Amino acid sequence: MAALCEGYTLCGLVPAVNRRSSEIKGIEEERDSDHVIVTDSSRSVTLYKVSDQKPLGSWTVKQGQLLTCAAVFNKQTNEYVAVSDNKVIRIWKEDDIILDKAFKATVSADVQSVHCAHGAEPAVLFQRGAVRLLDSLLSAPQQPVEEVLVQDEAIRWSTSIVTDTQQLVIFTTELKGDHFLYLQRLKPNSVQKYRLEPEGPGLSPLSFWASYRDKNICLLYLYPNGHVYQSLVSVRAPEADDGAQVVSLPRDQLLSLPVGKELLEAASAIFLDDAHIAVVGVPHPSAGPGKDFLCIWNTNFQTLQAAKEMAGKLYGQLWSFSSKLFIPHGKALSVIPFACPRSSLASALGKLKQVKTEESKTSTVVPSWNTILHGEEAAAPKPVEARKTRTTRKMQSSLSLTIDQVQDLIKMASVEEVEKEVQGLLSRQDPNDPQLSLGQLAMALVSRSLADPKFYSSRALTQLVPTRCLSHSVCPDLLPLALEKRDYFLCQLCLLFFHDIPEAVTCACLKAFLSLSDLDAEKLSLEPDSVSFMEMLLSNEHAQTGLQNGFSPTFCEEDRTDAVDNPKAKAKEKKKASPQQTCPVGKHKAALINEILQTAYSEALLLPHLKDFSSDQVVLFLRYLEFLYLRYSTDGSSQTHGYRSPSLNQVMDWVCMLLDAHFTVLVMSPVAIDLLLNLQSFVKSQVRLFSELGKIEGSLQELSKMKMKNDVGQYSIEVMELY
Amino acid sequence: MIQMGEFKVHRVRFFDYMPSAIRSMAFNSHTERLAVARADGAVEIFNFADNYFQEKVIAGRDGRSIEALCWVGRRLFSAGLEGEITEYDLENLRPRYSIEAYGGPIWTISSNSQGTLLAAGCEDGTVKMFEVLEDRIQFQTNLSRQKGRIISLSWHPSGAQIAAGMMDMIKIFDSETGQATHRLLVDRGVGTSKSREVVVWSVAFLNDHTIISGDSAGKVQIWDGLTGTLIRTHLVTKWDVLVLAVSQDESSVIAGTSEGTVVQFQFLPSTVGQQDKLWVQTRTFKNHSHDVRALVHTDTAVVSGGMDTQLVVRPLLDKVEKNTQESALHKIAFPHRNLVSCAKKAGLLLFQFPDHLELWRLGESDRNGTPGESLPVKRKPEKLIQLKIKGEDHICCSALSPCGSWLAYATVAAVRLYRLQLSSSNVSIQKVSKLPRELKSVHQLCFSSDSCRLFASSSFSSVVVVALDQTDCKYLHTLKHKSGSKQPIHILSPSEDGQWLATANTDCEIHVFNLRKMKLHCSVPAYSSCPTAVSIHPTSGNLVSVHADQQIFEFSLKQKEYSVWSRQLQRQGLHPLWLQRDTPVTQITFNPNNPAHIMLHDVFMFCIIDQSLPLPEAKSKLYNQRILQSLPEPQRLRESHAFKACKNFQHLLSVNLLEDLSLVVVERPLVDIVCQLPAPVRQKLFAT
Repeated sequence: MAALCEGYTLCGLVPAVNRRSSEIKGIEEERDSDHVIVTDSSRSVTLYKVSDQKPLGSWTVKQGQLLTCAAVFNKQTNEYVAVSDNKVIRIWKEDDIILDKAFKATVSADVQSVHCAHGAEPAVLFQRGAVRLLDSLLSAPQQPVEEVLVQDEAIRWSTSIVTDTQQLVIFTTELKGDHFLYLQRLKPNSVQKYRLEPEGPGLSPLSFWASYRDKNICLLYLYPNGHVYQSLVSVRAPEADDGAQVVSLPRDQLLSLPVGKELLEAASAIFLDDAHIAVVGVPHPSAGPGKDFLCIWNTNFQTLQAAKEMAGKLYGQLWSFSSKLFIPHGKALSVIPFACPRSSLASALGKLKQVKTEESKTSTVVPSWNTILHGEEAAAPKPVEARKTRTTRKMQSSLSLTIDQVQDLIKMASVEEVEKEVQGLLSRQDPNDPQLSLGQLAMALVSRSLADPKFYSSRALTQLVPTRCLSHSVCPDLLPLALEKRDYFLCQLCLLFFHDIPEAVTCACLKAFLSLSDLDAEKLSLEPDSVSFMEMLLSNEHAQTGLQNGFSPTFCEEDRTDAVDNPKAKAKEKKKASPQQTCPVGKHKAALINEILQTAYSEALLLPHLKDFSSDQVVLFLRYLEFLYLRYSTDGSSQTHGYRSPSLNQVMDWVCMLLDAHFTVLVMSPVAIDLLLNLQSFVKSQVRLFSELGKIEGSLQELSKMKMKNDVGQYSIEVMELY
Repeated sequence: MIQMGEFKVHRVRFFDYMPSAIRSMAFNSHTERLAVARADGAVEIFNFADNYFQEKVIAGRDGRSIEALCWVGRRLFSAGLEGEITEYDLENLRPRYSIEAYGGPIWTISSNSQGTLLAAGCEDGTVKMFEVLEDRIQFQTNLSRQKGRIISLSWHPSGAQIAAGMMDMIKIFDSETGQATHRLLVDRGVGTSKSREVVVWSVAFLNDHTIISGDSAGKVQIWDGLTGTLIRTHLVTKWDVLVLAVSQDESSVIAGTSEGTVVQFQFLPSTVGQQDKLWVQTRTFKNHSHDVRALVHTDTAVVSGGMDTQLVVRPLLDKVEKNTQESALHKIAFPHRNLVSCAKKAGLLLFQFPDHLELWRLGESDRNGTPGESLPVKRKPEKLIQLKIKGEDHICCSALSPCGSWLAYATVAAVRLYRLQLSSSNVSIQKVSKLPRELKSVHQLCFSSDSCRLFASSSFSSVVVVALDQTDCKYLHTLKHKSGSKQPIHILSPSEDGQWLATANTDCEIHVFNLRKMKLHCSVPAYSSCPTAVSIHPTSGNLVSVHADQQIFEFSLKQKEYSVWSRQLQRQGLHPLWLQRDTPVTQITFNPNNPAHIMLHDVFMFCIIDQSLPLPEAKSKLYNQRILQSLPEPQRLRESHAFKACKNFQHLLSVNLLEDLSLVVVERPLVDIVCQLPAPVRQKLFAT
């Protein structure tokens, strides 16, 4: 799951009072990913070393002059290129201290911007749409520049992209409410013009982003209504004859972001990778309007992966260089590192979710992934959408209480009343599109509970969660709330039904479960299946005498004595050689931990949180995992029952992670050493057993090939019947 | 109470029957009889016109080693390393006479196409010519003596020349003058075998004076016999080419190798439409695991045999109609007669080996079980007697009386009868010393069901009846029929009540004698295929016969006509799968509890024919036991048909029903035979 890390400030900004955009004109990567040059809207260009958060150099144009486009860095020549006062191209090196003394050239037409894509030659885009390579332009600065755009057509955004064969300058223009995309190829020059499909009256794209992917240019643009589109443009030059025509650009809607009732003002969306986009300036689906968030969405599964509230006003500006997001907000330019591990459907749904859960899931009301991805209702987890809500309201007007009414009720009424109404609503819920309204309902409940410490409706929430209409991204405060209220049954349900719980929350739950005392745990009423599984496991524990798969404590002992030569140590070892076969935690607590073991996680993101555990917790958890592992390994039937239970693989994964995270601590701790030794000898015996099994596999295969006839021998008396 | 189709089965696998390797073969294309000589000196005659039925077996003899067989007209000659040429009496199944050739071991004999001369190649380097006379052969002349043994011989069809394969060379003789006219030097093998003499194992002299040779260096060579020049060499194996055979039209030659392969060469135009032809290596057949020692090229098939003891008939698919029974591969691994006698009342088995007999008592189980179950064996089977024969002649037939107190066997020279006394602890065997003079030249022995009579088929298709009592045996009568056939009787089948004796001979005749009146009762109408098993029903008195072409007949001895059931069977016809079986039914028994049941078996299946059930339609499934097993009872009755075949037991040598109605099944799995063979020549396999 994608995540946003803790950010830091790169530099302060002068707060712009009445401007919609920040004072930052542009940020460009310098020599490597750790260096950027920031052009502010006044007069200066500053070079920063990002990891040190400090400027390395700054250049300013004279008073009265103005930088009119973002400075770029030409990696080939190690020169900076900027334009002042629209017409003066300035080129300098890092050594140059005073910008005025550096190279200047005045060109004949107004420059829109200079682009220097990764490793390519800088290209100059003129305001009237012409494009020149910097070198050829400087060879004759006063050369005439043609007008590509018609009257009143203005460039809104531009960028440059280098493919393996070609350099391209891409820019969009606006003409009387229509938007066009120009694809200018350099060397050989050719231009292709596309018309963007109009989104609606008065709606122009708020932001564009282009990336090169699979021989196509992938254009991402965001409209004020929260719709995010993607268009693919082939980089190959079109046939010569149709180069002049304006082609309509097909688009795919990637997301429909929740915007609330108002249209977006300043927002932008950029690609992080194939499946993730970062969006700034769009409200968080569950936070109220007016709050400014930076969000990462997964476009494949249309789920919110990470979000971060940014202090101060957002300007809808966002840059991304090598897994760092640069975002100006309030009085600062912040750098926020992010991680976007490749996500799969499996991880989106929950890693190693057992098949039986999946099967039962198909019968529920959740629309299938297919319809979510390809159907008309493209954006599934859009919790707030005005139009939709209106229609639902119309539909449900005849019923006793609509969602909205219940929502209003939640804000005021008592717990009992709310619970009654929620139950009533659930019982008559229209199964076709429940996700949206139930999300709102849950959010309303959670926010009331957060706001009013006296209000907490466990029953209503425990009814809502199993509808499978909620997910953690829809209602991120629900699980922390449940933890806070020590509502472990709700926690268990959330862990069971949410497949997108962030690792941090998972770990918080685990921590809470581990520190829960067994006495308290026994009082809990938990999901009956999970408890009966533990009951079964614990009842077998005592009945167990014969070991099924060849592991025996004595065998284990022998292994150990091989390693330990000291006879004293030997005797000592023998006393406690029997491996952990009693469950270190009560069955209720174990049931809760089992739920954790079955959640989805990404190892890299989980490990840092695991490190926060205290050594007592780690030892307890490890002992429990060892117990499970031993039970599973010695009792083949543990997993063949019908209960939902962690698989042996899941247990092993957790053991590995726990050891990874705490190995040094565990090795030092005297309590843990026995545990580790036990575990090690057991694993060793298992490895030996499996290698022996591997050896006899071949012979057994041969045996199975042999006919039964070989058993007959020289003489037998049989009974035969002919029909 | 045992149910209708439920049997307790004694599954016997301790009969260590081991067939002998095939050394030589000769095919008589006029009579379509194949003579096969085995390493133990036995000669077998197969009738290729009658489903490859093994009509006759002439028992071997210690020390007799047959290297070559040769038909001269209907007469069969053999020669071997003991230096004699033997002619066989095919009516009395014994050697007629043997003539010493005085040239040391004889490696080969060959007759000219006119059938007047027999040439024998000897160890001393001479080719000896014998004149074939009416009743014997007479030495005529020696061809000029060579250094080195004569391994192979082939006459030119004109009879004027004869080619002889020797060590390192081939000589061509003028048969008139006896002088060698050409000497063809055969190259030795390369490498280490360079120092070893090359043996020309086989030569073939074709009408166009082409000589084809196969040698121990693995070559098949084509020579021009007029000029004595080598035309072409085909290296077909790293080992020996042991034998060659030529088709009658001389368009195809096959070569058998030590690798177990048979390689075919064909005389074909080098390019389509042109006249000049070449010998081209065309096909390779691999049906043997060991040396192919004997080959016959019939018009339609390659017949091969060798160390692995199996006779293989591989039809040439361009000569036969495809997907017919004629195009199927035949492997004959087991004899078409019984080597096992069973004493039904005493639970004893007698196994016949070439040079000894074994008498076994069956085991016991005191438990009953459900079908498919294996019962615990309370008493293990026990070998009571191993009886080694006296003299050099091998056993040609043997019999055990139903009560288990008499044992008889015969060689070509003599018949021996023993009286057995068996108690639980003590076994005594006593030879009956004075046998009637009439008991000689016997090829089949049989006891009556009350063990008071011994029947012995003798010369001229007669049956000698001998009466047995406690102490001695007395000649009673010789039963003769009047058909004039002199062919040996190969089946003797007395009826349970002692009234009838049915005999069948290789002239396809079945005669029934009335034992009370000691005279011929009737002859069953002759059928074109040889009977392979004949038996008389104990209660109805009907005679059931099964023939080499798999037909089944039931003949009423009272009415002297085919029974209604038999006629119905003939009208409807047997099931195609039944007719496609390639081993003959060798035994018929009846179930005294259920008169409608006829039990019979061949090598691969055991079958009960229930005459009360409808016959299987051609399109219905013949082997339907598996299906019936899975059906519920009422439906099973509806689906079942008369042929209840059981394929659980494979390579059946004998199936008998004991008096307590348990079955004795004697199996000899082919794998057990194969694993007793010597190791085949080492062949480089991939990654070994």
